[in-house]
Amino acid sequence: MPLALRFDGIEFAYPHGPPVLRDVDLEVQEGEFLAIAGPNGGGKTTLLRLALGLEHPSRGRVELFGEPAERFRDRPRLGYLAQRAQLGIQAPATVREVVAAGRSALKPFGRLGADDREAIDRAIERVGLITSAGRSLTRLSGGQQQRAFIAKALVADPKLLALDEPTSGVDVEAQEALAELLGRLHGELGVTILYVSHEFGAIEHVVERLVLVRERIVFDGPPEALPGVWHDPSHVHV
Amino acid sequence: MFEFEFMRLAFAAGAVVGLLAPVVGFFLVQRQMSLIGDGIGHVAFAGVAAGYLIGISPVWTALVAAILGAVAIEWLRTHRKAAGDQALALVFYTGIAGGVVLISSAGALNANLFTYLFGSILTVSRADLLRIALLGLGALVLVAVLLRALLAVAIDEEGARVAGLPVPILNGVVSTLAALTIGISMRIVGILLIAALMVVPVIAAQRVAWSLRSTMGLSVAIGLGSVLTGLTVSYYANLPPGGTIVLTATGLFLLAAGVETVRGRL
Repeated sequence: MPLALRFDGIEFAYPHGPPVLRDVDLEVQEGEFLAIAGPNGGGKTTLLRLALGLEHPSRGRVELFGEPAERFRDRPRLGYLAQRAQLGIQAPATVREVVAAGRSALKPFGRLGADDREAIDRAIERVGLITSAGRSLTRLSGGQQQRAFIAKALVADPKLLALDEPTSGVDVEAQEALAELLGRLHGELGVTILYVSHEFGAIEHVVERLVLVRERIVFDGPPEALPGVWHDPSHVHV
Repeated sequence: MFEFEFMRLAFAAGAVVGLLAPVVGFFLVQRQMSLIGDGIGHVAFAGVAAGYLIGISPVWTALVAAILGAVAIEWLRTHRKAAGDQALALVFYTGIAGGVVLISSAGALNANLFTYLFGSILTVSRADLLRIALLGLGALVLVAVLLRALLAVAIDEEGARVAGLPVPILNGVVSTLAALTIGISMRIVGILLIAALMVVPVIAAQRVAWSLRSTMGLSVAIGLGSVLTGLTVSYYANLPPGGTIVLTATGLFLLAAGVETVRGRL
């Protein structure tokens, strides 16, 4: 199976700051569903940003589908849900308008074609929001808003779906629904999923592999092999 | 009032400004940079002063200064030399201070200066109209071409960056368009009030709109309505057009806020 992601001897520190990550070696195969967890400040979001080429490592090399992450060419095929993903604007955008924004990098100019409109409807349908497609996001629940942003991440037929703390700010019921949705999408699309969260209880039964980060990788394996006390990431000490 | 050529010219120029200002303002408001127009406007004031000092048409020097100011604000923001509001403050105060010093050196602290600061319906010439129409049309075409990419950045800047959209360039385009709008609008609305015409119609439209498309459409309708109504009132009541236009827009904002409140109670 070809590699989706490869970290080789990564070290990272913000300017004038202490190291955030050290000695990180990690390989993720295409089609894997990987959860990256760890305590707050442990470096998991930085790991994701390095994977997406948004940060540059102080040392080491990050490869995305065989290319240096910072110079990865097929960027429109990276689906990304940012931490606390919410509408960055105050204007009332509809679900369809938000999802359509996910096609902009694929087709930055000109009018959307029939294929784009089909892809938008398909993505909205996949996340179960087709009946709300014309509604403003401001009138939807937190969980529904997250689904709209996942549809936006899916609409360009991504090779990689990267989600940063997708369950923050949503209730337990919505977290479970999101886990079920991601499990289903992974099964249907075979897309590589990187799921970053400080807690992974809701997602534990759908991910194949769990990586715990606290400056270094302190656990890498199936969730069922995780030592009991580490199920609460704040207890992860090295 | 249309028997007078100056009114026909003012209305034609005002229509372009009424269309363009809310379109550009839409992106400023979404980026929470509503006050950038004020910052750029103050740099444009320094440009007007420089024009008086070196004997070039202040309209052109103001346009150049506004674009330089916009680029400076964007550079300070993106290179993290200063937070957004600090970058704005630096450019804002430097612009007004530079303007005061230059205008004093040029000995141009006179009534004519006030037409640049607050607008005047008497000052739009045929050459002004041609310049406003060409630059305004160019700016609107640019927004139309980049609309989807600009919206993608407004909706989710980080997601757009991950997807490979040239976010710093697109942000620079918005700031430059703001500068251009100020440069071409100052004869009608005035440097100190044009920022309001970019922002107030948008925040009014957001109160009653139901989608991005409707927000932009209503913003333009409110902007255009404010300019045309404001110019008419200005003519009959002998009031400065800039203030009248902005007060009309504020009135429409209050109306939209009222509609939103009533709708919320139903």
